[in-house]
Amino acid sequence: MQEPTKGAAAGRIEVKNTTCYMCACRCGIRVTVRDGEVRYIQGNPEHPLNKGVICAKGASGIMKQYSPARLTRPLRRKPGSERGDAEFEPISWDEAFATLEERLGNIRATDPKKFALFTGRDQMQALTGLFAKQFGTPNYAAHGGFCSVNMAAGMIYTIGGSFWEFGGPDLDRAKLFVMIGTAEDHHSNPMKIAISQFKRNGGRFISINPVRTGYSAIADEWIPIKPGTDAALLLALIHEIIKQGLYDRDFLVQYSNAAELVNLDPASSEYGMFVRFEVPPEEGCFDPQNKLWWDRDLDRPISTHTPGADPRLLGEFNLSDGTPVKPSFQLLKERVEQYTPEWAANITGIPAETIRRLAYEMGITARDEKIELPISWTDVWGNEHQTVTGNPVAFHAMRGLAAHSNGFHSIRAMSILMSILGTIDRPGGFRHKAPFPRPIPPCPKTPKGPEDVQPNTPLNGMPLGWPADPDDLFVDEKGNPVRIDKGFSWEYPLSVHGLMHNAITNAWRQDPYPIDTLFIFMANMAWNSTMNTEQVRKMLNDKDENGEYKIPFIVVADAFQSEMVAYGDLILPDTTYLERHDVMSMLDRPISEFDGPVDSVRIPVVPPTGDCKPFQEVLIELGSRLKLPAFVTEEGKRKFRNYPDFIVNFETAPGSGIGFLGGWRGKGGEKQMKGEPNPNQWEMYAKNNCVFHYEMPKSYQYMRNWNLGYLRWAQSHGMTRYAEPINIHIYSEVLQKFRLAAQGKTHGRQPPAHLKKRIETFFDPLPFYFEPLEAQLTDKHRYPLNAITQRPMAMYHSWDSQNAWLRQIHTYNHIYVHPRVGAAQGFADGDWVWVESQWGKVRALCKYSEAVEPGTVWTWNAIGKAAGAWNLEPNANESRQGFLLNHVISEELPPHDAGEHVSNSDPVTGQAAWYDVRVRIYKANPEEEKMTWPQFKPMKPAPGTPKRRGWQAFFAGKFLKQG
Amino acid sequence: MHPAFSVIFLTTLIGVGQGLFLALVTGESYAAVNLLPQQSSREFYAVGALLAMLFLIGGLIASIFHLGHPERGWRAATRWRTSWLSREVIVLPLMMGLVFLYGVVHFFDWHPDLFGVGTRNQLTLVIGAIGTVVAFALFVSTGMVYASIKFLQEWASPLTVVNYILLGGASGFTFATAFVAYNAPDLVTFYGTWAIIITFAALVGRVGSLFRNARIKRHSNIQSAIGVRHPRIQQKAMGFMGGSYNTREYHHGKGISALKSVRWTFLILTFVVPLLLLWIGIAGNGTILLAAFGVQYVGLLFERWFFLAQANHPQNLYYQTI
Amino acid sequence: MTQLALVIDLNVCVGCHACVTSCKEWNTSGQAGPMFDDNPYGQDPTGTFFNRVQTYEIGEFPNTETVHFPKSCLHCEDAPCVPVCPTGASFKRTEDGIVLVDYDKCIGCKYCSWACPYGAREFDEQQKVMKKCTLCVDRIYDQSLPPAERRPACVMSCPTSARLFGDVHDPDSEVSIAIRERGGYQLMPEWGTKPANHYLPRRKTRKVIHEDELVRSDNPLRKEEIESEHSRAPTLDDWLM
Ligand SMILES: Nc1nc2c(c(=O)[nH]1)N[C@H]1C(S)=C(S)[C@@H](COP(=O)(O)OP(=O)(O)OC[C@H]3O[C@@H](n4cnc5c(=O)[nH]c(N)nc54)[C@H](O)[C@@H]3O)O[C@H]1N2
Ligand SMILES: Nc1nc2c(c(=O)[nH]1)N[C@H]1C(S)=C(S)[C@@H](COP(=O)(O)OP(=O)(O)OC[C@H]3O[C@@H](n4cnc5c(=O)[nH]c(N)nc54)[C@H](O)[C@@H]3O)O[C@H]1N2
Ligand code: SF4
Ligand code: SF4
Ligand code: SF4
Ligand code: SF4
Ligand code: SF4
Ligand SMILES: [Mo]
Repeated sequence: MQEPTKGAAAGRIEVKNTTCYMCACRCGIRVTVRDGEVRYIQGNPEHPLNKGVICAKGASGIMKQYSPARLTRPLRRKPGSERGDAEFEPISWDEAFATLEERLGNIRATDPKKFALFTGRDQMQALTGLFAKQFGTPNYAAHGGFCSVNMAAGMIYTIGGSFWEFGGPDLDRAKLFVMIGTAEDHHSNPMKIAISQFKRNGGRFISINPVRTGYSAIADEWIPIKPGTDAALLLALIHEIIKQGLYDRDFLVQYSNAAELVNLDPASSEYGMFVRFEVPPEEGCFDPQNKLWWDRDLDRPISTHTPGADPRLLGEFNLSDGTPVKPSFQLLKERVEQYTPEWAANITGIPAETIRRLAYEMGITARDEKIELPISWTDVWGNEHQTVTGNPVAFHAMRGLAAHSNGFHSIRAMSILMSILGTIDRPGGFRHKAPFPRPIPPCPKTPKGPEDVQPNTPLNGMPLGWPADPDDLFVDEKGNPVRIDKGFSWEYPLSVHGLMHNAITNAWRQDPYPIDTLFIFMANMAWNSTMNTEQVRKMLNDKDENGEYKIPFIVVADAFQSEMVAYGDLILPDTTYLERHDVMSMLDRPISEFDGPVDSVRIPVVPPTGDCKPFQEVLIELGSRLKLPAFVTEEGKRKFRNYPDFIVNFETAPGSGIGFLGGWRGKGGEKQMKGEPNPNQWEMYAKNNCVFHYEMPKSYQYMRNWNLGYLRWAQSHGMTRYAEPINIHIYSEVLQKFRLAAQGKTHGRQPPAHLKKRIETFFDPLPFYFEPLEAQLTDKHRYPLNAITQRPMAMYHSWDSQNAWLRQIHTYNHIYVHPRVGAAQGFADGDWVWVESQWGKVRALCKYSEAVEPGTVWTWNAIGKAAGAWNLEPNANESRQGFLLNHVISEELPPHDAGEHVSNSDPVTGQAAWYDVRVRIYKANPEEEKMTWPQFKPMKPAPGTPKRRGWQAFFAGKFLKQG
Repeated sequence: MHPAFSVIFLTTLIGVGQGLFLALVTGESYAAVNLLPQQSSREFYAVGALLAMLFLIGGLIASIFHLGHPERGWRAATRWRTSWLSREVIVLPLMMGLVFLYGVVHFFDWHPDLFGVGTRNQLTLVIGAIGTVVAFALFVSTGMVYASIKFLQEWASPLTVVNYILLGGASGFTFATAFVAYNAPDLVTFYGTWAIIITFAALVGRVGSLFRNARIKRHSNIQSAIGVRHPRIQQKAMGFMGGSYNTREYHHGKGISALKSVRWTFLILTFVVPLLLLWIGIAGNGTILLAAFGVQYVGLLFERWFFLAQANHPQNLYYQTI
Repeated sequence: MTQLALVIDLNVCVGCHACVTSCKEWNTSGQAGPMFDDNPYGQDPTGTFFNRVQTYEIGEFPNTETVHFPKSCLHCEDAPCVPVCPTGASFKRTEDGIVLVDYDKCIGCKYCSWACPYGAREFDEQQKVMKKCTLCVDRIYDQSLPPAERRPACVMSCPTSARLFGDVHDPDSEVSIAIRERGGYQLMPEWGTKPANHYLPRRKTRKVIHEDELVRSDNPLRKEEIESEHSRAPTLDDWLM
């Protein structure tokens, strides 16, 4: 220690850049390797996303790399053993591929939908989705449905872009920042960088959340809200803002459908639709400009965006043919009339004065602290603007809104609030990230019926898409679902990310049909990404009367010995993120910035461990063996050597010039976004910090929904098909179309009788508040509390208990309750309690907290583990003191009008309603074991997992050698 | 604090050793001025010194268990200018050396007439005098190791040093009483009386410190620890859940009631029972006197445990969520 | 005289623990390492960390504040842990005020940690020596690093830049300015240890709304008012000349 600057242990040092994957944020990292072992992972200062910083998880990557939970060999369930027992024998990759080739080949040649591919919190849906489509199965989805599809759908169907990975708050310029229901989110590091800068610059930060931790802790004001009631608050805010005239009239008129006239003739089949004055010359996925305003000066209808026209936002009028019409803003105003602050106060628990003050703060800040940036741009109607205006009120929201069954409408309400404040794609407000904005709704569509699924044929349509009307649903002639998860059916019409959370239950119940092979990649569906965990684990192992598994074959591709691995018949060991090539693709969810598209790659920094094989390579190999058209030449020969080769040479269509990566395209790397394959693309990424950042000219960076320059640029670079305006849907015709179908007013597809009421109710073209579905079907006297989970900043889902450093921070979890709950129920801080819902109960340790709304209890998500999973010792705290809340959450609602097995999800989008569950809490009997319950038979370490050390003293370069 | 057994044994054993040595020197001094009968150098003083030595060695061995790197223990002697621990480390071997010398001189019955006054024991009395000073220095060093940490408010008091002296003295004199019961029965009353007096004084000192500690006004509180002024502050997470050095080293891990019963135990075992036994045994019953020492020593183990455990380290303000 | 230190801004710290694990990661393979982990995959895992982030709740619902509170060695100017060390293993560097432990001299007596009121030292149960934050002394002077990276690992990692690093004796340094201008304070000042590390308190931004801001002539609602027809009833217009 006396001469500290002398290098500790010289060794052979290498420094390489790649992209982190300790979470989905995907920061740039610089990895120092000493004598072949990872010595230091730091944020890459030259990376646009994280600018050199890193998080707790990212800095613990070393412990992931050398974790004893790593799978290192392909495994097969031992003949005769039960699923869940985790009895495995190692096999070779050849055997694994041969098994899959035969089995999947048969399925594809007979009934491709019997192959179901579901992938969890991965970042390669472009490739997995391509594989599914090429295979021809409709049964594909990733985590979106159980994650935050409400956020995507609610916002994209309203403003053409969304929070999540598609857009965010511009905290550089905002003056007021309102964060709703966010604990950590995907933009982990950038959000933290931005919030602290924002605060230091004197911005005011308000957090609306039942719990005050993390970001909310540093908020200037914390507004504790009762879970599931945000729509009430947001609608009351809209009420107050409209009442006070604090909305941005010009913005609404020009850039939304607020002034467009809605047909209100109840007899008309066009009832509730915008009045159109001509048939559009071209059909496409854009809003044709053929609607009407009511001109103030002329006092008559006029076509929208007529130069010089000044339409009315409020009022009721009659067209010359007598049709009664109203601007949609008038309908909004009428809708929110009932939603007074006093009304909302009762529901949300937030005092009416606070709601009013919030509305004034938002409205006055937006109106009086306007930003004018000297950036000239041209709108799609040809108007030149010398400046870009910003109303500096920024919002951010995530699963606190999304993960409720009323989330879609809450999020619509929020999007409308953001819009009436005039903050969409403007400085200081919400800003898009490429490839957004996209048309409302975006163009991709799923197949429309069972005939689109044919043996040995790619799927006729995208596996996931964006329905624009009932005819876009994926149902048979009776209106029944084609997909195993019932996505895109009348039960959940806009389930744009699928309903992965119902896949296992449906497959087990063989409803709508039995499947053969369930292929799970990077999802822990025997634990945290499943609701009703205990029963689902039984379903995975359940057999029919002939002794055959109800789900005949399960393949799990994972990097660690998760709970799900125990249920696999075949286990494919993946590499870690430090061992593989990977892309954060423009075709999927890139890491774009407000100023332009950004995509990035991973390049291995250490060789694969044991027999691990990158899953990307597995898919390419399988695709080639199965002769899926995209992976073989016309002669049926393998087209791509390996994954890097695939990434360089794959094009969405022959000669399209669009591939997985947007950077350094063209023969010599001279083109961006679009261009011929460049054989040296990887090298160019490697030289450039593994990231491609295309900064657009300033004039393309704002108002992109209506920015002619931007839209043309996007069009010519293959990001969008139409350079048409993307007007904000204050009033949603898409929803109205479904409602009309339910009312029997249209000629197209009609919902089955038992779902008519459901569709009619929830496909309301304007947002409304309803109590979460589960609460409506629960005895709230018996189950008075809302139970929710939060993301801990230092843990990613269930992955990180195998991480020696992170698990010291979160070794187990508590149920946090307000002391009042304990006092009422007679238990004390630190007691063992039962958390019970109408579905089941778990035993947990309680902790008192003053930072939680007293009607709410919460816990950190997915800290509790099944005994022995993740190669932890069976007595590890995670399985003894830690608990999993999922045991008390159901994947289905109690039987009701809409059916017996309706998913516990948002009725519009199929978003899993994780945060709707109602519970009661009472003291565990002192004689009961001081341990969580339910308990599961401990998993044994799988063959090939590294040794579990009793102690360790990590020192890069010496660690593995010391044995 | 979490009482370490090495520390408990170290301080109690050397305390007996020092006390015993002081008792021997006291007896020898009284004898020098003919207030007590002279004892045999070899059978009495040398054996007594040997026993004192054994206690000191026992303490030294215990201390080794406390160190992570005993092989580097010698380094601990280098910072005597600032560190009471270093001083203790220096004085302890010095003490042992003097006890050894004292014993050896007695053993060889080497009594040169240093000052030309013709009496016996001149050299040993000189060694004894120096040893007495060193013994007190050792008591002070040991006591100051604890008393010098100002924010350990239970310890940061002169009473800590006084108690180390008195408790060491009491146990040494009690042991000496038992020792003479076998070796020089005519000294039992002398030693027994002193043992009773010192034990009683120690009781007063120790009870005094208990009273003081019960009334401590904490200088630090959670407000000053994290710098937030609010009456209601509660820690929700320590930053780790499986324990750390900070939760293991600074907290005894027992409940308040356990602490209270230890307090009563040590008060009874260190003071009440030995005083009774000394009072009974002073008639010359060696077994009872030996029992008095045995009980008192066990009491001291409890006392030292309590002494360590009772100290409330301000760092615990940061680690409340155990 | 230089006194290097960290200044931690509680106003922006979100309690993410990045500083905790990046510290461990840098130091375990560095000069101060390795850093022991005991029972890393079993019951009650525990280990040596130089920096911990704690959470406190202040006040009662609904007026609760949640404070995330990172703490490492404060590099006290009058460090009580140094003079008590019997071996001199604990020392405070004169050139920059960093308090360090020389592992080769440390006998593992733990006495220095008793003398730290902040609980900032950690005993390595495997190497049997005392350890603590080194202020990343093996980074901050490393000439092979680019100047911008000659900063502690925790400072570089912190996503909210809640951790400032510099010389608190230089009045013009970023840290001194922050302490001066943003109310920097020390922990447990009552012991006179003069911690070099400082903390910056929470601050609130509030918005004052004046009633007249709600009334504006350009209120868009006015545009929606239907202008009334000419009035046909008699008015003063008919009478006055
Ligand atoms: N460190 C870390 N980062 C992650 C993840 C992780 O596991 N760990 N997971 C990633 C993934 S997959 C996702 S989807 C994102 C999710 O990112 P977030 O949406 O931030 O995640 P949640 O933890 O679900 O946060 C929900 C928040 O909403 C609050 N909340 C719950 N119900 C309500 C309500 O009704 N109203 C309001 N206003 N608030 C409510 C909760 O208290 C919580 O603070 O995070 C991503 N980032
Ligand atoms: N109660 C409750 N439950 C929830 C949520 C909640 O808020 N509350 N949140 C939900 C949400 S938003 C989400 S996104 C889901 C997430 O749920 P999952 O998608 O199931 O996420 P993980 O638990 O992270 O499991 C992913 C699997 O990926 C594996 N894995 C990690 N790295 C790799 C790799 O490099 N390659 C491969 N092949 N595998 C790897 C892990 O070992 C793990 O088995 O959880 C959902 N579950
Ligand atoms: S935020 Fe996510 S991607 Fe970024 S460093 Fe942390 S774990 Fe890695
Ligand atoms: S890294 Fe920064 S924000 Fe995160 S806990 Fe540490 S100091 Fe706080
Ligand atoms: S914080 Fe503790 S260890 Fe650090 S210098 Fe101060 S007293 Fe010493
Ligand atoms: S533990 Fe080491 S550094 Fe601390 S006082 Fe003892 S010798 Fe000194
Ligand atoms: S300065 Fe270095 S050693 Fe100290 S807490 Fe920060 S990273 Fe750890
Ligand atoms: Mo998610």
